[in-house]
Amino acid sequence: MSQPLQEPHKPPFWTIARRDAAAGYLFIAPQLTGTILFVLIPLGLVFYYSLHEWNVLANTFTFVGDANYQLLLRDPNLPQVLWASAVFSAGLVVLNMSLALLLAVLLDQKLKGIVVFRTLFFSPVVVSLVAWTIVWSFLLQVNGGINGLLSMIGIEGPNWLRHPSTAMISVVVVQVFKNVGLNMILFLAALQGVPKELYEAARVDGAPAFKQFRRITLPMISPTILLTSIITIVGSLQVFAQIAILTKGGPGVSTTVLVYYLYQQAFQFNFFGYGSTLSILLFLIVAVLTFIQWQMRKRIVFYEN
Amino acid sequence: MKTDLSPRMKVALYGLLCVLLVPFVFPTWWMITSSVKPISDIFAFPPDIWPRRFDWTTYQKVFELQPFARQYWNSAYIAAIVTVGTMIISSMAGYAFARIKFPFSNAIFMIVLLGLLIPSEVTIVPLFQMFLSWGMINTHWPLILVPIFGAPSVFATFVMRQFFISLPGELEEAARVDGLGRFKIFWTIALPLAKPALGAVAIFTFLHSWNLYLEPIVFISSTNMFTLPQALTQFTDAYGGAMWNIQLAAATMTAIPVLIVFIVAQKQFVEGLAHTGLKG
Repeated sequence: MSQPLQEPHKPPFWTIARRDAAAGYLFIAPQLTGTILFVLIPLGLVFYYSLHEWNVLANTFTFVGDANYQLLLRDPNLPQVLWASAVFSAGLVVLNMSLALLLAVLLDQKLKGIVVFRTLFFSPVVVSLVAWTIVWSFLLQVNGGINGLLSMIGIEGPNWLRHPSTAMISVVVVQVFKNVGLNMILFLAALQGVPKELYEAARVDGAPAFKQFRRITLPMISPTILLTSIITIVGSLQVFAQIAILTKGGPGVSTTVLVYYLYQQAFQFNFFGYGSTLSILLFLIVAVLTFIQWQMRKRIVFYEN
Repeated sequence: MKTDLSPRMKVALYGLLCVLLVPFVFPTWWMITSSVKPISDIFAFPPDIWPRRFDWTTYQKVFELQPFARQYWNSAYIAAIVTVGTMIISSMAGYAFARIKFPFSNAIFMIVLLGLLIPSEVTIVPLFQMFLSWGMINTHWPLILVPIFGAPSVFATFVMRQFFISLPGELEEAARVDGLGRFKIFWTIALPLAKPALGAVAIFTFLHSWNLYLEPIVFISSTNMFTLPQALTQFTDAYGGAMWNIQLAAATMTAIPVLIVFIVAQKQFVEGLAHTGLKG
């Protein structure tokens, strides 16, 4: 008796691996399409535009090779614009990181009502950026609230936003108080993740608080410090609304940061070609900074999961 | 570092915190109180911490000088669509990059990550030209499409991927044995577990959209289409001088709803944000 013949088993086309791959592509399709359409193609275009002189009013678009890049090198405003961007970013990062760390350490203490303090320090983050900036421009006027408070203790304050030596620091300070809460919360979370045994061991050894901070806390939270510094630096290069509202880049070009200059050239003076060249410059600066910080990871991050 | 503090240390710490708090709380307080002061009292000396007289007509004028209700609606609906859209797109992409094996997934992830490196300010000129050629200038499309699909949502995708990587694999294995497909697993198992990360993404995305300033002033030109940040700077008199009390009243109305939501949902807010920092 022979067994009934079975048809040879044909493997199904939709194996688990194939179904998975299809699902994967389907899941990433919107994000990938968006990245290509709104990030990569525009990046290609901005480079293409930077090789052209583009007068919107006269409706001309002519290839000029590296002329815009030559212009960039000769632009008398550019050194000051780059200097203003550097001062803003450096000032912001240093003040933001140190204030955030100080607040995080203070708010990590066992204290009644500490949550209320955390909420209040964080609150500017959720106040709309333009609203926050408008209030400060109101407060920083020559007869505004800040100088009103200063005069009560006998100090005559300057015209903060109109004076070359105080305009930039004013913009930095306004921005620091707006967003320091974000880094503060990230640091607070990192502090709470440091194993308590490390401090106990240090205390047994009689290490003073400052030494504990330097030898235990800082190394343990260094990944968070790196991450927040990258986010803060890249964010600082994108500052626009604050400049547009507080100083309009002035006095002179003392607070004209790169994005504001780019906006002026492209959308106020209609120099789209040169504006694109400035965009390329901004892109290169962001890329180089991110690369440097990524490399620094090996040196300054002592501890990683 | 967390030790029980002596009573004297506690008092010192409270004092220090209160002093440090001034620049964080004072501007918002000043904004709210000045918005109800008559214009003549706004620059009073010495400054009034509490208004001497109240002038509520300021709030009425906000709506008379501009279609402020319309502008409010513009900002609100754009932020809502962008937030929901980003949550969908970024959780799907983040899930796929973290948990599904498919050819070139790492290479594609690297391409998508480029979006983190390229701030939207870099591409604002070509984006303007693209939307111009599509006839979408002075519409809300650029403010909706670019944040959902472009560079801003890449950060959200990154956060979601980091979260999904940390999920234990056993849950999914069990579901697969039961014969659930990828989409079912994502929707019924992974996504409900991802609530904290989704919350963080929602907060970031909402605030980002609500605060957008450069893009609206580039893409939008008519008052009816303005978003709030754009509208706030338009309350000026015939000479271009700021009408401070009206501007501050409008600013207060922009800031207060989000502040209230934040105070109510404070815990989720802070935990959600802390989460992205830990896992990032």
